[in-house]
Amino acid sequence: MDAAGSRHYPDKPAKVYLFGTCLIDMFCPEAGMNAVRLLEREGIEVLFPADQTCCGQPAHSSGFPEQARAVARAQLGLFPEPWPVIVPSGSCAGTMRHHYPEMFADDPQLQAEASALAERVFELSEFLVHVARVRLADRGAPARVALHTSCAARREMGTHEHGRALLAQLGAVEVVMHEHESECCGFGGTFSLKHPAISSAMAGDKVDALKETGAESFLSADCGCMLSLNHTLQKRRDGFQGQHLATFLWQRTSGEGGQQ
Amino acid sequence: MNTQPLDFVPASEFKQRASGAVADAHLRKSFRGAMDFLISKRAAQFPDPVALENQRSLAEHIRKYSLARLPELLEQLERKLTDNGVKVHWAENAEEACAIIVGIAQRHSTKLMVKGKSMVSEEVELNHAMAAAGIDALESDMGEYIVQLDGEKPSHIIMPAIHKTKQQIARLFADKVPGAAYTESVDELIGIGRAVLREKFMSAEVGLSGVNFAVAETGTLCLVENEGNGRMCTTVPEVHIAITGIEKVVEKLEHVPPLFGLLTRSATGQAITTYFNMISGPRKPGEKDGPGEMHLVLVDNGRTQAYGDEQLRSTLQCIRCGACMNHCPVYTRIGGHAYGTTYPGPIGEIISPHMLGLNATHVLPTASSLCGACGEVCPVRIPIPELLVRLREEAQHDARPGHAPLRGQGAAKSRLVDAVWSGWAALYTRPAFYRAFGWLATRFRALTPPMQGGWTVSRTPMKPAARTLHELMAERKKH
Repeated sequence: MDAAGSRHYPDKPAKVYLFGTCLIDMFCPEAGMNAVRLLEREGIEVLFPADQTCCGQPAHSSGFPEQARAVARAQLGLFPEPWPVIVPSGSCAGTMRHHYPEMFADDPQLQAEASALAERVFELSEFLVHVARVRLADRGAPARVALHTSCAARREMGTHEHGRALLAQLGAVEVVMHEHESECCGFGGTFSLKHPAISSAMAGDKVDALKETGAESFLSADCGCMLSLNHTLQKRRDGFQGQHLATFLWQRTSGEGGQQ
Repeated sequence: MNTQPLDFVPASEFKQRASGAVADAHLRKSFRGAMDFLISKRAAQFPDPVALENQRSLAEHIRKYSLARLPELLEQLERKLTDNGVKVHWAENAEEACAIIVGIAQRHSTKLMVKGKSMVSEEVELNHAMAAAGIDALESDMGEYIVQLDGEKPSHIIMPAIHKTKQQIARLFADKVPGAAYTESVDELIGIGRAVLREKFMSAEVGLSGVNFAVAETGTLCLVENEGNGRMCTTVPEVHIAITGIEKVVEKLEHVPPLFGLLTRSATGQAITTYFNMISGPRKPGEKDGPGEMHLVLVDNGRTQAYGDEQLRSTLQCIRCGACMNHCPVYTRIGGHAYGTTYPGPIGEIISPHMLGLNATHVLPTASSLCGACGEVCPVRIPIPELLVRLREEAQHDARPGHAPLRGQGAAKSRLVDAVWSGWAALYTRPAFYRAFGWLATRFRALTPPMQGGWTVSRTPMKPAARTLHELMAERKKH
């Protein structure tokens, strides 16, 4: 695991690939579009291979390695040039960066391909901080937000630090800490379907903790957590909602406050 | 006494128990408070993250080294202990372990055995076996004494009665301890328990204890405790029986301090416990105290199954500190009893399948969001999330080629679930189909089902966006 700053970062590239993730593709494409806008504003061309689908994580974590491997394999050849692969999700980035090499452990050639790809995978906020080295100019009104980072983002990709570093550049944004900040929100992919009672209890506690901060909204760099918490809040008929970090950053800095 | 063994865990009942537990506001609050307390106590012991990682590396290596040489270390331990005058017994399963201990107690015609804290004795359901043989087995650790008095099992491996409030214990003592008046003073409650136990230590002929580390080169059994009851159980009665899992052996005395230091800091946030007992044999001629006879029962009970697999072997690195459960968001919400197994929480989810088979336990490895908190705090770096994923796989498939099947291999196999994942893979490996699926799902999003299984228990249904990212990016390219 290279969560804590041991990674060597390249210089800012001319082009990057975007791996949009299956959840963003279907349920929150605006987060993907805002990631593209943030990257393009840095003068980086964003390539989006049309044949991408899913990183394979759902099957991998559910105990179906063969299916996970088939889907992962279908992604391996989609990024032929040596450009970085940007993933606007900590857990999908974690899967590609940390689990791809082990998924192909019994096939040296595929493993070499997987390892070479893994080396080029960056979670979006990590890339913005360490490779693009963005300098964000806040154009929004004063705001108070809480940040929830997914467990994979936190433990595999260090996203809690990168997300905070980006938000710290926004002069009018106050980031507040919530109780049990590092604790899981209860999403866990298929866990939320298999153990709804436990998952709901965790999600309920997380939204309570986020709301107790007095923040106006919460941010997450993972659509899975964000959707789970937003739908929990909606079921409660609570107007408090979360946004993807990419969307929030774009809205604050582009002057397009209404852009969803 | 509760004679209903809690070692069988049908999937449906785990979910029921878990649902009941999360709906119990009182239980939720008390576990959350207790776990927060333990988390902060532990954190205070590890102010320097770099030093902690160094300690974890050392401990991990000691455990891996010991396991790599397990067969020879166990033989060396047996030789040394035998030389020291200790009788060593081997038990392949719970029944054998109980039979050995009942047999020893019966040879001494004892009516009473006092017990120090031992999770392995819980694992083999020793108290039931003793009761069936007409022998009282009295728990002397205060937490164990409380749960035994109430006919319960421990809900935590380090703090057995953590699910109970002061008021519940006060009521329990007033009801069950002859002559005890109702009091909510913790000191007075402990005083009541101690008065009962003190008398029993004097009259019991057999004392039983667990073992935290067994040192092969010296034949020393190390016992970590805070209350002194462990020392009483191992020195006052005429016979001392120690029981432990075969994985607890280390080669050298110098391997103990790094593990001991991490154990107490990880478990209760103590730099050291009040007592640390090193026991190497019965009373020798001329010595004034200690048991006249001493036994060690080494229990397998499924451990060799984990041992036989390179990846699953790391399960046996565990030193039973309980930090994984203290930091587990699932354990914190459902408590220990919901699991129904002797070892609850993340360690229970990865070790119970070896002890009880996947038939009875296949749901346990699924009861995790794979958040990774357990693996992050494990002092011996057991990759718990990876082992959970592995056991999920084993529960749903035949054994991998070249691997021996686990007990209960494939117990959760389901044609429906197989078909779902095969269909999923078929869709996500065919980009054109996948894009067509996305097109349809977004165009017909008004038809999204309002009930989406477990998801909609506490959430509104998921609904596709108006256009997929694929489409938005394709349109953008055109302009």
